[in-house]
Amino acid sequence: MEWFDALNLSRLQFAFTVALHIIFPAFTIGLASYLFVLNGLHHFTRKTVYLDLFNYWKKIFALSFGMGVVSGLVMTYQFGTNWSVFADKVGPILGPIMGYEVLTAFFLEAGFLGVMLFGRQKVGERLHLFATGMVAFGTFASAFWILSINSWMQTPDGFAINEAGQFIPVDWMKVIFNPSFPHRFAHMVLAAYLTTAFVVGGVGAYHLLKLRAGKADGSMSVEAVKKMFSMAMWMAAIVTPIQIFAGDSQGLNTLQHQPMKIAVIEGHFESEKPAGLVLFGIPNEEEAKMEYKVEIPLLGSIILRHSLTGGLQGLDAFPRADWPPMAPPFYAFRVMVGIGFLMLAVGLWSLYLRRKGKLYDTPLMLKAALLMSPAGFVAVIAGWIVTEVGRQPYTVYGLLRTEDSLSPITTSMVATSLVAFVVVYFTLFTAGLVYILRQMRQPPVASEPTMDVKLPTRAAGFVPPSLARKPQAARSNHD
Amino acid sequence: MMIDFPLIWAGLIAFALLAYVVLDGFDLGVGILFPFVKGQDNRDQMMNSVAPVWDGNETWLVLAGGGLFAVFPLAYSIIMPALYIPIFLMLLALVFRGVAFEFRFKVRGKSNFWDLAFAGGSTVAAFAQGMVLGGIVEGIAVQGRSYAGGAWDWFSPFAVLTGLALVVGYALLGATWLILKTEGEVQQHAKRYAPRLLILVLAAMVVLSVWTATLHEYYLQRWLVWPDRLYTLIVPVLVLACAFAVFDGLKRNRPGKPYLAAVGLFVVSYIGLAMSLFPYLVPPSVTLWEAAAPDKSLQFLLVGSVVLIPTILAYTAYSYWVFRGKVGDSHGYHG
Repeated sequence: MEWFDALNLSRLQFAFTVALHIIFPAFTIGLASYLFVLNGLHHFTRKTVYLDLFNYWKKIFALSFGMGVVSGLVMTYQFGTNWSVFADKVGPILGPIMGYEVLTAFFLEAGFLGVMLFGRQKVGERLHLFATGMVAFGTFASAFWILSINSWMQTPDGFAINEAGQFIPVDWMKVIFNPSFPHRFAHMVLAAYLTTAFVVGGVGAYHLLKLRAGKADGSMSVEAVKKMFSMAMWMAAIVTPIQIFAGDSQGLNTLQHQPMKIAVIEGHFESEKPAGLVLFGIPNEEEAKMEYKVEIPLLGSIILRHSLTGGLQGLDAFPRADWPPMAPPFYAFRVMVGIGFLMLAVGLWSLYLRRKGKLYDTPLMLKAALLMSPAGFVAVIAGWIVTEVGRQPYTVYGLLRTEDSLSPITTSMVATSLVAFVVVYFTLFTAGLVYILRQMRQPPVASEPTMDVKLPTRAAGFVPPSLARKPQAARSNHD
Repeated sequence: MMIDFPLIWAGLIAFALLAYVVLDGFDLGVGILFPFVKGQDNRDQMMNSVAPVWDGNETWLVLAGGGLFAVFPLAYSIIMPALYIPIFLMLLALVFRGVAFEFRFKVRGKSNFWDLAFAGGSTVAAFAQGMVLGGIVEGIAVQGRSYAGGAWDWFSPFAVLTGLALVVGYALLGATWLILKTEGEVQQHAKRYAPRLLILVLAAMVVLSVWTATLHEYYLQRWLVWPDRLYTLIVPVLVLACAFAVFDGLKRNRPGKPYLAAVGLFVVSYIGLAMSLFPYLVPPSVTLWEAAAPDKSLQFLLVGSVVLIPTILAYTAYSYWVFRGKVGDSHGYHG
């Protein structure tokens, strides 16, 4: 069992905590923008359906946001506890960027979240809209800085190395807007939008299906359900093609800056000219060959070189010690791309049905949308595996190896904390998932109560259904 | 002109940490007091008194941690592995209590697991933070640029006492906060607990001060020479003044006074502590100048902070203003 040393356990711990953390930002970035749009639409059109949707989704937002905050807190400290050598070396560069994330995003979100969730009656409509906008902007700012940090680790630029071996800043613009940053940022934000769109669409589809089956709760606002489904499908139809384009441009960028990562994504142990596209295979890393390979000739060159004759480097072009593991990024990439095309299919299908006026009553479409609701999360985690495992064996690509980034800590410490993280995260996030799903199973209702209804006043204020149905009655007790 | 960026930053991070202690202190304190107040309605009221602000408060901890990473990466990379276990405990505890805010109202019943999560998480987080503080004050073994001790070096009677002291201290902040923000039964409970907690806090402060002086010759020397003499002379006076103000506020039934005085108590002891440690970030070997990142890093972050920190303070104040008044106030949370 010598694989389980402090290094690999720390990697596992980081991977585990990041993978569970990333779910929440991926969802809340999109959801915050959606809430802002709903609030704005209500403000300008005065249609209550938008306010109903706002009040419905903000409860789910609050729950997800809370889990995102606490799991994010863990990340900040893990750099120090498990990767202290890394922290010492990259601190002068990444630290200030992270500082900006906290200063701009964290406080903005935390500061305005309270107003957004509980303050409509207190601060008035305009300020409430403003607060919603600030929360949405905060999630963007957060993504901006974090993606800048991650991109710098992938394509470092604008730095020098001092006598203590630390990376020190030379040109901040080059550090922040490093070569892969724009691609990564666009790809991630679009991913977040799609993730949210498919969750919202899935919830809409679920309630539409119930309606069809005649099992809908009488309180359901059919208008709100149709509206959320329709908005989500517009999003899927419009954003998926843009995302595929963004993904392609990130691929080209990766080829330029991280050719080894492309080699593992493409499944090329050997350099080829021209190169085929490996659809599937089983990487045998020991013997450095792809088994059961299904390959389309020339297509690799066409996609990545946009030419018929351009060659692609395989792993054989690089020293063995620098090879990233192939299997996880290779499979994860196929999962991510596969989901992308499924999303495209759903989006196009929705356009077709919309034209025929049958968007809301095609059972197969609704079932497909329901089935696709977690797809965004799977794609985001898969994409994360592609980019992070593909960066190995480096923490700072080509410059600082993962094994040289570790804290002086013992295996047993890491093992204990890893087990504790796994137990705690699973307990908490399972509970969170149950509560979120329970919330989603409730239909949106007309005059959806805000959280300001008396008792239980709040937290991310889950009003018990009995109270939620009769906001007027609840109120009259006190007036 | 030479600007001493590391010194400015040490001040800013110290401020962020103080803001954290004072702000999250009361909401952790409310959690610590949770088991002592029975009844779902009462607990709803307690939780509601901190619910709109707790995550803003906790963000100061991220700023302090992130700031340390940003401007004193060496200190960060020594302290974190050295205090791996209590920091890790603190994080898990904060995760637990953080989700309790969201989950608790989903479950209505006689015994609510999330009550336990909230109370337990708050108490463990406070205790772990106290032990982190104790571990730092006691000193950390360093070799080259990294931590050179074992996993349990920080664990000592001193650290346990600082842990307990912080639990009691936060509980005092929580109790005085509840006096300010609630009415009825909860407020009565808080009024009963506040004086007892205050006495415990004062006792802990005396013991810890004396103990600290014996830990390292350095601390004792600091306290005996000017300007740190101020610490030994003025701090006890200010502490007594704050303590008196807490009692006075309780007696005269002034809702805000005990809370402000308790905050004052924290601020005074914090400043005293900071003066004892200065200029070390990792006593007894790494000073703030040795640990600092290059000026170019410090400068870059400072430019933004000069604008952003006051902005943050302004809207934090604003959001407290929005949620001002008693939690139980019927004009409060419903439309």
